[in-house]
Amino acid sequence: MSTTQSSAAEEEGGRASSPVAPASGGPGVRVASPAASGSPGSRESAAARVRKRLSTTTASLVAIVIAALWTLPTAGLFISSFRPEQEIKTTGWWTMFTDPQLTLDNYREVLFSANQGQLASYFVNSFVITVPSTVFVVVLAALAAYALAWVNFPGRDWVFLGVFALQIVPLQMSLVPLLRFFSQGVTIGDVQVLPAWDLPGAFAFTNVWVAHTIFGLPLGIFLLHNFISQLPHSLFEAARVDGAGHGVLFRRVVLPLIVPALVSLAIFQFLWVWNDLLVALIFAGGDVSTAPLTVRLAELAGTRGNEWQRLTAGAFVSMVVPLIVFFALQRYFVRGLLAGSVKG
Amino acid sequence: MPKFPNPRTTIAATLSLVLLTGGCAYLSGGGGSAGADPDSPECEPYAQWQDIGGSVSIYASIRDEEAERLRRSWQKFIDCTGIDIQYEGSGEFEAQVQVKVDGGNAPDIAFFPQPGLLERFAASGDLVAAPESVQQLAEEGWSQDWLDYATIDGTLYATPLGANFKSFVWYSPTFFADNGYEVPQTWDELIELSDTIADDGVKPWCAGLESGDATGWPATDWIENVILRENGPEVYDQWVNHEIPFNDAKIAAAFDRADEILRNPDYVNGGFGNVQSIAITSFQEAGLPILDGECGMYLMGSFYAAQWPEGTEVSETGDVYAFNLPPINPEQGTPVMGGGEFVGAFSDRPEVVAVREYLATAEYANNRAAEGAWFSAHQGLDLEILEVPTDRLGAEILRDPDTVFRFDGSDLMPAEVGAGTFWRGMVNWINGEDTDATLDYIENSWSS
Amino acid sequence: MGFSLVEELPKLLWLVIGVAGFLAVIGVLLFFVDAGPKKTKTEWWQAALFLAPALVLLLLGLVYPVIRTTLLSFMNGQGTSWVGLDNYVRMFTQPEILVVLRNTLLWVLFGPVLATAIGLFYALLVDRRRFESVAKSLIFMPMAISFVGASIIWKFVYAYRPAEADQIGLLNQLIVWFGGEPRLWLLETPLNTLLLIVVLIWVQAGFAMVVLSAAIKAIPDDIIEAARIDGTSVWSHFWNITLPSVWPTLTVVLITISVQTLKVFDIVRTMTGGQYETSVIANEMYAQAFRYGELGMGSALAVFLFILVIPLVIVQMRTNRRLREEQR
Repeated sequence: MSTTQSSAAEEEGGRASSPVAPASGGPGVRVASPAASGSPGSRESAAARVRKRLSTTTASLVAIVIAALWTLPTAGLFISSFRPEQEIKTTGWWTMFTDPQLTLDNYREVLFSANQGQLASYFVNSFVITVPSTVFVVVLAALAAYALAWVNFPGRDWVFLGVFALQIVPLQMSLVPLLRFFSQGVTIGDVQVLPAWDLPGAFAFTNVWVAHTIFGLPLGIFLLHNFISQLPHSLFEAARVDGAGHGVLFRRVVLPLIVPALVSLAIFQFLWVWNDLLVALIFAGGDVSTAPLTVRLAELAGTRGNEWQRLTAGAFVSMVVPLIVFFALQRYFVRGLLAGSVKG
Repeated sequence: MPKFPNPRTTIAATLSLVLLTGGCAYLSGGGGSAGADPDSPECEPYAQWQDIGGSVSIYASIRDEEAERLRRSWQKFIDCTGIDIQYEGSGEFEAQVQVKVDGGNAPDIAFFPQPGLLERFAASGDLVAAPESVQQLAEEGWSQDWLDYATIDGTLYATPLGANFKSFVWYSPTFFADNGYEVPQTWDELIELSDTIADDGVKPWCAGLESGDATGWPATDWIENVILRENGPEVYDQWVNHEIPFNDAKIAAAFDRADEILRNPDYVNGGFGNVQSIAITSFQEAGLPILDGECGMYLMGSFYAAQWPEGTEVSETGDVYAFNLPPINPEQGTPVMGGGEFVGAFSDRPEVVAVREYLATAEYANNRAAEGAWFSAHQGLDLEILEVPTDRLGAEILRDPDTVFRFDGSDLMPAEVGAGTFWRGMVNWINGEDTDATLDYIENSWSS
Repeated sequence: MGFSLVEELPKLLWLVIGVAGFLAVIGVLLFFVDAGPKKTKTEWWQAALFLAPALVLLLLGLVYPVIRTTLLSFMNGQGTSWVGLDNYVRMFTQPEILVVLRNTLLWVLFGPVLATAIGLFYALLVDRRRFESVAKSLIFMPMAISFVGASIIWKFVYAYRPAEADQIGLLNQLIVWFGGEPRLWLLETPLNTLLLIVVLIWVQAGFAMVVLSAAIKAIPDDIIEAARIDGTSVWSHFWNITLPSVWPTLTVVLITISVQTLKVFDIVRTMTGGQYETSVIANEMYAQAFRYGELGMGSALAVFLFILVIPLVIVQMRTNRRLREEQR
C-alpha cells in the first residue's frame, strides 16, 4: 500500500463520514449525557413545561406497563426454576411470595447430574459452533452486500432480489440435500466432482459451520445491503479518482464505517445460532463431542417426561451467554444496524 | 503495490497450514479406550464377536436416563469385544431418521418404535434384512406374533427389543381397599365400579392426551383396546390394514363404548376438570391424581411406572398398581395390546451384524432388564430380575403362550393416519366433535 | 466422564484454525480483487470475487434445494413417480390443510405489524430517558431466549387447572382473581392461534425496538430542533417527522419479521404440536415430508411458502429502484 493512496483514502473516509456521523456518532453522545436534551427547555413557557412533564409521566407509566408485561413471563419462569418440582406442578409461581419454598435442586440436576459428560462440554460445543458461524456470515455477507451495492455489473439488482427471496427457504427443505452433500459429495452423472466430507473428531464442526453460514447469509446480506448501499456516493467517487480499487475501498473506507452494523448483525446471528436446535440436531449429532447446549437441554426433558423443573432451570442456563453478549455489545446497538438507512 | 495483502494474514495463513498438517491426527481424536481383558471369564459370552472390532452407530428415540441405562446395558459387550457403540437418542427420531437416511447419513442401526416406520424403510430398500444368524436368534427368542411385525413380504428385517404393555389400568390398591372397591373382572363390573366411585364423589377416571407433537395418541390406545376386546384380533387386523373402512359400524361401536367413559362428565377428568381438559392435560401428569384419591383409574402403558414420584410404592398392596383391562366380549377373551422397539439395520458390516446378534440374545435382555424399568417379550428373559411388580405382571402376560397379542394399531397404520389424522381426530373428538364426523375425517385421510 | 479441558482443546484449536484460515482466504481474495483488470465499465472480475463465496454457498445450500423441492412437489410421497398437480389439488381441497393456510394468514397479518408497532412505540416512549438502557434490555431479553424456550415460558402462562384447584398459569389466575372461570386457552380456535402469535410478538418486538430505536436516534438534530421551535404537537411530530424518517428502516424490520413469521415452526411445535387446529405451513410441511413420509405433499406446501414471499420481493424491488434514483 503506497503512502499517498492510503492517506488519501483515509482522509476521504474521514471527510466523507460526516454525513453519516449523525447516524453513527451523534446518538452515542446524547445517551451518555441525558442532560443535553433538557437544556433547551428554558425557552418553553411554564404551561408547556407542565404539559410536557405530565406527558412524560404518562409515557413513563405506559413504558413501565409494557416492560412489566414483557418481563413477567420470564420472571415467572425464573422464580419457578428455584421452586421444588412438586410445587411447580401444583401451584402458581406467585404463591412463592406468600409461601416461599426455594431450592437449588433444579439447577443442581441440570448442571451436575448430566451423566454423560458435564454441561460444560456442551457449552464449549455451543461456543465452537457459534463463533465461526457468526464470523463467516458477517464477513461473507459484508463482501456480498458491498458488491451488490457498489460494484458495477449488469443484473446486480436481480442477484440481490434473488438473495433476498432466498430468505424464505425453510431450512427443513435444505436439510436433506445439504446432508447428502456432506456425506456423499457431489456427483454429476457418474463423475465424482467433489468427494464426501468424512470429518472425524473436532473436524466434524465444519459441517455445522457451513450449514449455519448458508442459512444465515440471505438475511445477513439483506440487512447489510440496506446499510452499505446508503453510504454517500461522494465517498466512492473521490476514492476512485485517486485510483483505489474495490479491494482497498472496501478495507480502508467501507469497513470502518460499517462496524456498528457488523456488530449488530453479529449479535443477531450469534443469538440465532446459539439458540438453534434443528440444524444442530442434523449436522452436529447428539453426542457430547459435538452437540451444543440446546440439544442437551432438549434431551433433559426426558424420553417420556415433561420434566418442567429441569426445563425451567435449563432455559436460564442457556440464556446466560446470549444475555452477556447482548449487554457487552449493547452500546453498538445505540448506533445501530441500519442507522445509515435513515438519511433522507 | 505490496507483495502480500497484510503481514498478519500471511502469518496466520502459514501458522494454520503448519497446524493443519501437524495437528490433523490430534484434532480428529481417535485412540480408543482400553477394554477389559478379553480372556477373562466374564468375557466368555462375548467370545464369538471378539475378532471383529470397529464401531457401530445406533440412533433411537430413547433419551436421558433411559439412554444411560441402554449404554450401561451393552458396556460389557464393548469392553470385551472392542466393538464400539456410538449411541444417539433424539426426541425427533421419527422425522430425523428419514432426513438422515435421505441425506445418505443413515445410522448403522436404528430402534424403530413403530413397525409402520420400519416397513416404510424396508419398502424403500434402505434396510438390510436380518442375516441368518440373527433370524435364528429371533426365532428362539420371540413368539411368531412379535416377529410378524418385523417381517415384510416374508423377509425378517428386525428383531424386537423392549416391550411395553398397553392394556394396563392403573389404580391405587390402598384407595380401593379403603373404600371397599374391587378390581373388576368384566367390562360391566368396570362400569359398575365407575358408577360407584362417581357416586362417592370422586371422578372414577382420569386421562390426558397432550404429548408434544404426538398429542392424541393416548386416546388411540383406548379405541384399540376396546376394538380388540369387543371384536377380536381378526377384526382388529382388518381395521389396522384398512380392509374394513375406518368408519365401519364396528369401529363406531367401539368409539361409542369409549365414549361412555372418556366423554362422560360424571367419570372424567379426575383432578383436572371437565371432559375438554383431557385434550390439554399431558399424559405424564394425567395419572398422578390417583395418588391423592382424586381419580380412580387411568388407562396407560406399563412404562407409566416411571412417572410416579419418588417414594411411591408400586405393588399389589401399595400406593399404585395396575390390572389388565377386563374383557368385553366373552367370546373374544382378553387379547392384549402393546408396543415396543425393533432393531433394524442400514448396514451389513460384520460389526453391525455382531451388535444385531447380541441385541437378540437372552443375555442382552437380562443385562438390560438388570438396569431396571424395562422388560421384553424375549422367552429367555429372567422375570426374577425385573424390579417393578407391574413390569413383571406385564412380562408374564406377554410371554404366556395363551395370550393373544396385538401391536398398537396406530403404530402399524401409515404414519399419515396413525401418527397424523388418527391423533388429530381423537383430540377433536375429545373436544366435542361428533363421532361419525371424526370417523369420516380419518377414513377420508386414508388414501389406499 | 467428567469435564477436562484437555479433551476440549482440539475443538477450541480447530475453532481458532478455522476462523484464522477463513480470514486468511478472505484477505487473499481482497488482494486479488485489485490485482485484476482495472477500470472496465462492468466490473466482472471484482463482482465475481466479492460475490463468489456467498453465492457458491447459497447455490449449494438454498438454490439447489428450492429446485429439488419444486420438482418433488409434482411427485408422489416417496419421490418415485410423477403425479402432476395432485399434491396442489389436495392442498386446496383438504379442509385440514385449508385450516393450516388460514392460520398462516393470521400469523402474517398480525405478527409482523403488531411486533413492529409495539417495538416502535416503546422505542419512542423510552427514547432519551434516563432509564433507557435498562428499559430496552427488558424488552430485548426475549430475543436471547430460543423460540423453544419462549414457548415453554408461555405454555406456563396459558396453563389450565380446574376452577376448584389452584391455578398455575398466570392468565387463568388473573381471570380467577377478577371472578371469572379458568379457560382452556389452547383449545379455543381460532383464539389459540392468536395466543401463539403473542409469543412471536413477544420475541420479535425486541428486534424491532432495537433497530428502530437506532433509526430514531439517527434523525438529524436540526430537524428535531426545527420542529421544537415550531412547537409541533407530539402527534404531528410523530406523523410528519419521526415516521417519514424511520420509514425505510420500518420497511426493513417489517420484511424481516414477516419472513420469520412465514417460517415459524418451533413455537407451534412446542406449544401445541400443531394440534387443536393451530398448525401452520412450516410445521405441516415438516410433518408431511418427514413424519408421514409424504415428501410430495410437504414439498408442495414449501413451494406455496416460496410463492407467499413474492409480495415482499415486490416491495423490496420498489425500494431498490427508489434507492438507485436517489443515488443518481
